[in-house]
Amino acid sequence: MTPYSTLHRRAFLTRATYGFGATALASLMSDDARADGLPGILAAPHFAPKAKRVIFLSMAGGPSHLETFDYKPKLAQMDGKPMPESLTKGQQIAQLQGAALKCFAPQHGFQRYGKSGQEFSSLLPLLGTMADDLCIIRSVYSEAINHDPAHMFMNTGSQIAGRPSMGAWTTYGLGSEAKDLPGFMVLTSHGRGGQNQPIAARQWASGFLPSRHQGVHLRGKGDPVMYLNPPPGITADRQLDVVKSINSLNAEHDAMVHDPEIATRIAQYEMAFKMQSSVPDLMDLGKEPASVMDLYGCKPGDGSFAYNCLLARRLAERGVRFIQLYHKDWDHHGDIKQGIVYKAEEIDRACMALLTDLKQRDLLKDTLVIWGGEFGRTPMSQGNGRDHHNKGFSIWMAGGGVKPGIHYGATDDLGYHAVENPVDVHDLHATMQHLLGIEHTRLTYRFQGRDYRLTDIKGKVLKAILT
Amino acid sequence: MFTDFARLPILLSLALGPLIAGAEEGISYNRQIRPLLSDQCFACHGPDANKRKSKLRLDVREDAIKPAKSGVAAIVPGKPDESELVARIFAPTDDEDLMPPKKTHKSLSADQQALIRRWIAEGAEYQGHWAYLPVVKPAVDPAAGHPIDTLVAARQQTMGLTASAEADRRTLIRRLYADLHGLPAPPAEVEAFVRDSSPDAYEKLVDRLMAAPAYGERMAVWWLDLVRYADSAGYHSDKERNVSPFRDYVIAAFNDNKPFDQMTIEHLAGDLLPDATMEQRIGSCFNKLLLTTDEGGAQAKDYEARYLQDRVRAVGTVWLAQTWQCSQCHDHKFDPMLAKDFYSMGAFFADIEEGIIAAPERGVPLFDEGGRKESAALEEERAKLQAAYGEDTPELQARIEAWGTAQVAAGVAEEWVKGFAKPTAERTPDERKKLRDAYKTKFPEFAAIKTSLDQVVGKQKALLDATRHCIVTRATPQKRTVRILPRGDFLNESGPVVSAAFPGYLPVPVIEGREPTRLDLARWLVSRDHPLTARVLVNRLWKLYYGVGLSKSLEDFGLQGEMPLNEPLLDWLAAELMDRQWNVKDMIRLMVTSRAYRQTSVASVEQLARDPENRELTRQSRYRIEAEFVRDFSLATSGLLVRTIGGPSVKPYQPDGYWENLNFPARTWQASSGEAQYRRGLYTWWQRMFLHPSMLSFDAPSREECAAERTRSNIPQQALALLNDPSFVETSRAMAGRVLKEATGDDDARIGWLWREVLQRAPTGSEQATLRALLDKHRSEFKADLPSAQAFGKIATPAPADLDPVELAAWSSVTRVVMNLHEFITRS
Repeated sequence: MTPYSTLHRRAFLTRATYGFGATALASLMSDDARADGLPGILAAPHFAPKAKRVIFLSMAGGPSHLETFDYKPKLAQMDGKPMPESLTKGQQIAQLQGAALKCFAPQHGFQRYGKSGQEFSSLLPLLGTMADDLCIIRSVYSEAINHDPAHMFMNTGSQIAGRPSMGAWTTYGLGSEAKDLPGFMVLTSHGRGGQNQPIAARQWASGFLPSRHQGVHLRGKGDPVMYLNPPPGITADRQLDVVKSINSLNAEHDAMVHDPEIATRIAQYEMAFKMQSSVPDLMDLGKEPASVMDLYGCKPGDGSFAYNCLLARRLAERGVRFIQLYHKDWDHHGDIKQGIVYKAEEIDRACMALLTDLKQRDLLKDTLVIWGGEFGRTPMSQGNGRDHHNKGFSIWMAGGGVKPGIHYGATDDLGYHAVENPVDVHDLHATMQHLLGIEHTRLTYRFQGRDYRLTDIKGKVLKAILT
Repeated sequence: MFTDFARLPILLSLALGPLIAGAEEGISYNRQIRPLLSDQCFACHGPDANKRKSKLRLDVREDAIKPAKSGVAAIVPGKPDESELVARIFAPTDDEDLMPPKKTHKSLSADQQALIRRWIAEGAEYQGHWAYLPVVKPAVDPAAGHPIDTLVAARQQTMGLTASAEADRRTLIRRLYADLHGLPAPPAEVEAFVRDSSPDAYEKLVDRLMAAPAYGERMAVWWLDLVRYADSAGYHSDKERNVSPFRDYVIAAFNDNKPFDQMTIEHLAGDLLPDATMEQRIGSCFNKLLLTTDEGGAQAKDYEARYLQDRVRAVGTVWLAQTWQCSQCHDHKFDPMLAKDFYSMGAFFADIEEGIIAAPERGVPLFDEGGRKESAALEEERAKLQAAYGEDTPELQARIEAWGTAQVAAGVAEEWVKGFAKPTAERTPDERKKLRDAYKTKFPEFAAIKTSLDQVVGKQKALLDATRHCIVTRATPQKRTVRILPRGDFLNESGPVVSAAFPGYLPVPVIEGREPTRLDLARWLVSRDHPLTARVLVNRLWKLYYGVGLSKSLEDFGLQGEMPLNEPLLDWLAAELMDRQWNVKDMIRLMVTSRAYRQTSVASVEQLARDPENRELTRQSRYRIEAEFVRDFSLATSGLLVRTIGGPSVKPYQPDGYWENLNFPARTWQASSGEAQYRRGLYTWWQRMFLHPSMLSFDAPSREECAAERTRSNIPQQALALLNDPSFVETSRAMAGRVLKEATGDDDARIGWLWREVLQRAPTGSEQATLRALLDKHRSEFKADLPSAQAFGKIATPAPADLDPVELAAWSSVTRVVMNLHEFITRS
């Protein structure tokens, strides 16, 4: 190894700003320390990880825990009666500010599923077949009560814009095993009912972490990754000619000016070109057997949540570290009864299929699947719907290192406050990082003079739910 | 030149002796000890009284040396063996007494331990924090040459470093164009400059570039990040807001060289100036650039707190490089900023009139002279017509009574009848009006007036719709009450009410008998004895021209920030800025005329190894140009750039569906047509939730928070954008068109022409050969595949029909290569 390539390598290892083209760069260098995928800042996890990757199913809009995973018979008895003031006094209220607060019965029935007897909505019978794999947490609470800040809090642990999202923290810490795809990918879908609440790109931003950790949005329409496809009239071969010429001229220039950025630039062009085939390959479901398509109940390119779940599995197989799906329209201020039916139809088969598929490929054991919204919904009625509610709501987890077939925590009899084993959003983050082999207080980044972390100054690992 | 360098050490030892001397010998508290203590100890033993452990405070010397009840003192000056601090930091790693404790994941290296020990042995002298001490101008011998070079060399001398040679002329003019305009140097100008042998050729070029309007555009790109300028509100529905005249204001302010103190005053309090001009009021748009919401269900108290916090963070970041956001929940852990100071700072903004949960207001109309006259005339006409229509005489009243009675008798059952049934005296004003209106719509003399009135109102609306608006600050006497919010929690109203006040840790002006205003706040920031503003500003300007700040932490001049490596230089620049009445152009001219600026940026292997980030200025820095300039370089080179200055934001091509996750209302991006498609990057529509993807990929920030520094990433999305974004494809194709129309000679000659146009140098033989091979291959391919060539010609705006599609497509492959090169988008 010449001194010059040592320099290149050092620049490559120490610079905070290179993109996810490390493999490509490594391939340019005569270096035996070549990594598979992209290394993270941690030389090794803090301890042996139980999960290698995360699939986070973000149910945007705020799913009602009271119609899904948190059965409250007492609320049915109190239907139409005033909500006890002892529960609501001095609490944050969203659209019900100033309104009479009345109890609103669960709009759908619940039943027990599986050997574990997990109790959840009768609208989720297919997910019920996976009940013994689920760990349901019924005592999550958030600081924020409006969608945008609540998403920010769920994704970054802060309501102030500009902090890195959890996917960015994950690839920052651990890197990614994916060789020709970004380590953090985001998919979005929406269906029927509810309101199509906006989602900002900041929810998957890298904040103050290096830009290469930002989530890349895999889109349902147009180029799946923006600017992926060559211009019309430019075949893949012609594009390759162009890229090769760029790289060869850049390399020649590097010999004149010794700029370490040039090696990275060359690597990024290689990576960009590789993505022009790796992404279509990812999206090509032609080789998926009919049984798999039937399991998910989707068609290629239909943009449904189920289709995104299938893509999530394919991303997981390719070593992508953090896969986040947004499914929208859970914002049931009105007609929650019908709204929940729509949503349940959209997620029931899809979630079952994802868990089944991961399991049959032996991927569930080291994939952490998390399902949940940015908050829940009020036990009080808002017409025939429910308002935003952040003091107690439900999520579930499955796979990588989480005890299967259990539930954890509880809200009060009316589903208002998390009262048993309350789980802060920071606790969720701490637990997620723990499962990934990260001690959450030790993955930090110095910004504006302070060591920031995903869990801010809080976060405790939920030991009781770990295998 | 060499003689100059040789003289430097002698002059400097006279001028800077005391400043330089201490650096090598005794331990410097500011440089060596405080960063250690701040990082390792202050979180538990620092300014935040609530988190202080064992009542021990190490950031204040009196506290640190005061014996505790046990009689033990943390620090006994001169006696490390009696100092508890030394005992604790040297405790065995498994000892509970070890400091910092294991669970904090902090630790001191052996060198650091020894350093603290030595410092205590030497007397444990403290110093005030460098950035909070008054700016004192170091004496620099004016005869020694450029003051920047004197001060740079002084530090390099102590380290045994030397400067690099001056860059070649081509590099210098390209550098100046990139730094002062954010544009590529026109090839003809490069040639002329290379040939210009006059002794002041360089200075003339600098002056010319700084006098051109593109200078203000370049500066605006920097400043708009800081003030978080964007075209949308930020939260939730991310609605459009009328603020683009503020961008024009910023461009003009830099071009007119508005003194920075004046600009500061206009930003924070332009509306409060006596007889404020429209320009000054537009300056006050700064106060309205924060994130706002109109989400149903948002609580006003919640967002009132967020807006206050946002504004305080902004002042802290933009002018002072203070991380005040830490104090929105508790006293700062490292800096002497208290939560009380934070909310007292917020109280300065309690007079800003605004809806808390509200869609963005329209702002004030910015009429030109004709518009102003038209508006006044219309208003006069409207008032006249309104008065005529509103006639309410006893005579009319009598007619109405008669008419009403007849109508009722005829069985009419309209809404006014209910009021009419009452005796005249008992009718409410509303009932009377309804009755009058009903009558007037039925009678021609009034109907005609009504028609005219409607027309005038319609014209007024049309005039307003055709007029640009700008959101500006308006003060209201109904100030919001500001409380200290414990832990920043808006639900907790137990904190004391505070009024506007300056933080006590900085020099504070005396204002008696009234609460200070935003105007006082602005004047305080730019007062001659404020230790921070000038330092912060020159440090950031330095970064623009040298690649990295003298203190690397552009956004933190608090205790955790980096002390400037060359403190005399920073202080000299800060003092000079104030001595020159905050003249920004003067400072930039100084910065770009030094020898340090003019050095080559080609680093030796040794330089790269010893100082990879070029902190010691032994060369110039090389870095990729900013997102907006990547676009500008491409447009300008291709000849497509439209050089209009200012105006509303524009929309370059953007992938369909990119806004699919925006809602309330759902929006689609309509790419601008005609000239508006080819404007400079800084005019791009700035949607906070979904910033244009090419801009985002080149690290343009979303501008949700004030940003003092952009990251400089190098990621595959940049390659994808430059290769495939229709904007960049179109510029490449336009460049190919230029090759076909403007270049002469054979293919090789044309390649040479192209290379010089794009990179302002001649290609090497192998560079030429690489492109020639590509041209030959693609020309034969497109010849055999005419449909592909034709398809390529249709991208974006179709190519001119007089160009052969095969030649155009083949040459476009070549131009795409050259306009994707690292060299093209690198400032060197």
